[in-house]
Amino acid sequence: MNLDLTSEQEMIREAAVGFLTERAGPAALRRAAEAGSGYDRALWDAIGRELGWCALAVPEEYGGMAMGAFDMALLAERMGQALLASPFFATVCLAAPLLVHAGTAGAKETYLPAIAAGELEATVGLSALGGVWWPDAGAVAAGVTARPDGAGFRLDGRLPHVPDGATAGLILVPARIEGGGIGVFAVTPAASGLTVRPLKTIDVSRPLADIRLDGVAVGAEALVSDPALVAAGLARALDEAALALAAEQVGVAQGALDGTLAYIAERVQFGRAIASFQAIKHRCAELMVRIEVARSAVMGAARLAASGEDPQAAALEISAARALATDAAFLAAQEAIQLHGGVGFTWEYDPHLYFKRAQASGAWLGGADDHLDRIAAVVCPA
Amino acid sequence: MTANDTTMDAGFRREVAGWLNEHLTGRFEPLRFRGGPGDGDAFPDLRKEWERELAVGRWSCIGWPEEYGGRGLPVPLQIAFHEEYARAGGPGRLGHIGEGLIGPTLMAFGTERQKQRYLPPIVAGREFWAQGYSEPGAGSDLAGLKTRARRDPSTGQWRVTGQKVWTSLAHVSDWIFVLARSEEGSVGREGLSFLLMPLHQPGIEIRPIRQINGGEEFNEVFFEGAVAEAEDIVGKPGDGWAVAMALLGFERGISTLGQQMTFAHELDLVVEIARENGSLRQPAIRRRIAQSWAGLRAMRYNAARMLSGFGKADLAREALGYKYYWSHWHRDLGKLAADVLGVEADVVTGDPRRERLQQLFLFSRADTIYGGTSEIQLNIIAERGLGMPKEPRGKA
Repeated sequence: MNLDLTSEQEMIREAAVGFLTERAGPAALRRAAEAGSGYDRALWDAIGRELGWCALAVPEEYGGMAMGAFDMALLAERMGQALLASPFFATVCLAAPLLVHAGTAGAKETYLPAIAAGELEATVGLSALGGVWWPDAGAVAAGVTARPDGAGFRLDGRLPHVPDGATAGLILVPARIEGGGIGVFAVTPAASGLTVRPLKTIDVSRPLADIRLDGVAVGAEALVSDPALVAAGLARALDEAALALAAEQVGVAQGALDGTLAYIAERVQFGRAIASFQAIKHRCAELMVRIEVARSAVMGAARLAASGEDPQAAALEISAARALATDAAFLAAQEAIQLHGGVGFTWEYDPHLYFKRAQASGAWLGGADDHLDRIAAVVCPA
Repeated sequence: MTANDTTMDAGFRREVAGWLNEHLTGRFEPLRFRGGPGDGDAFPDLRKEWERELAVGRWSCIGWPEEYGGRGLPVPLQIAFHEEYARAGGPGRLGHIGEGLIGPTLMAFGTERQKQRYLPPIVAGREFWAQGYSEPGAGSDLAGLKTRARRDPSTGQWRVTGQKVWTSLAHVSDWIFVLARSEEGSVGREGLSFLLMPLHQPGIEIRPIRQINGGEEFNEVFFEGAVAEAEDIVGKPGDGWAVAMALLGFERGISTLGQQMTFAHELDLVVEIARENGSLRQPAIRRRIAQSWAGLRAMRYNAARMLSGFGKADLAREALGYKYYWSHWHRDLGKLAADVLGVEADVVTGDPRRERLQQLFLFSRADTIYGGTSEIQLNIIAERGLGMPKEPRGKA
């Protein structure tokens, strides 16, 4: 497998590094957290409308660039490294793949061009944000029921943790359809019977909302999934989202390590920079190894996923990447606090921002143990 | 279950696999999966014959340039060869030190005479080499070595006195390359010379070291006025450190990338035994197997990244950490194997599959020590990979 970057991919990476270094990062996150929406509107507009990153994963026929999972992973890593607070993940990594892989032609035409253009913020209302979609993709739809009602449906249920749920203009809701099957429904925040409650989160980079659906009436056109594609499409979309999340976590780990290295190079005790102590060098070296290995796993899984050749094999590799990246992110953030010493425990210094994001992201879309269990089910069936 | 191949050259892989399938049979059959790390003293005579068999098939020194008798194969095909070799259960290569270490060193630093004298028998599998670096007082800190070499002014010969240790396979080898202190009063990296010496001579005594797994793969080698001929110095007197370090750089882990296939076999065996004895029903064991699988996949992609980086000047971050990662991964696998065996891990049964896991458990303890201990690896990673301050050195 060739893991070289093409010159185009190098360009994306360089552009991302430049832009995100300037516009995102811990200080920007702190400012965004104090803004009402939880993210920097101007930054999001720049990403979607000027840089065109929202178009990356969208097929060309819907106004996208069709770059695929590998490019997305490169970008997501940089976003994690910069602790980016943005509707990007929910819109581009979660909602767009769901439309791409499970959507009807009509739904794709309606929503994907707007997503690609950076004009629509979207999200997916999973029944359990921490839940898993294997062996049965329907599990993620278990919390909402769609009852046929005239030409349309009525939706009832609860989605306790929807990423960017309070700001999204489009909420895709996987639901169980009474009488059989699962479907994905497009719901707008203005719908009658929909209650959206923004949640206060410890990880300020990732806003969540608690959404209730009480008899939300939708028309037939709101059923945006193709019945023939929905089960496999849901699974594949969530795998791609998990991969992007793994890439982000590698970035979170790298960001935590980089910040730590900068601090310990300056901090002097016993007449020497504390970075010169072997106890500290070894722990940083260990982190570097763990991060590089997780990065390798992400790149390999992304290459396989992008090829589209073997989604089942790709799914396992994504789980491997997720398990390794989740552990690497948490370890790096934990060490960031420890190696900063007392100030690592303060609000003023940045380690807690990485620490909180590492833990919160680690629980999304299956925790490390869930992903290991998925691997075990295939490589060592009992 | 574990590895799908990188798509390098399926035809080449078939050729390798076909040849091995045809030749690793009959009298060579007992060699399958033998002679690996920790089992290095198994069937030495038969493995030497096997090296000659490989040579006849032109499967020795495949990465060497054609002018020296190799095939000049590019790195991806070399890796494909190592993988197919491991997959077929090819025995540990007695010729490895000659092919991977001293051969390339002679090509780079040797005289014309040295190349003509020493390279052909390596290619042919007729002469085997040992490495004389570590000493009792010079392990991680190799530059602290004390073995002395003095030139006899009348003959020009070098006379070597001192002791080397951890010398793999010295007892079945013909030659040894020795790093020795040739300048009186020199310290550290200065004043060292790199010498080629026949092991079978009156001034050399070889004593095997029994390891924790019961095997005797390493040796102590004692030198008492042993002779190296005047023309058998590589580089100039005093240049030994540079030659010795260059030698360590030549191998670049190409054959260790092939070892991932062996790792995959071992993990398969752990799963097989766990299924048989019921421990596979334990969720904790299953998760550890999954963790191991994930690590193995990551190593594979890490290797692919390293390959992309071959030819670039500096070792990239992913390459710097590779030894540290695989050795700890493998040690964990050894512990998992023992835990899967349970009480049986303690019992000598004669069952070859269980024995293999017991050996894995015991010998993998060496992985994090030889070839640069984990502690030295972490220093190197921190200093070269992260630009952290260098370790202070005591007075020599």
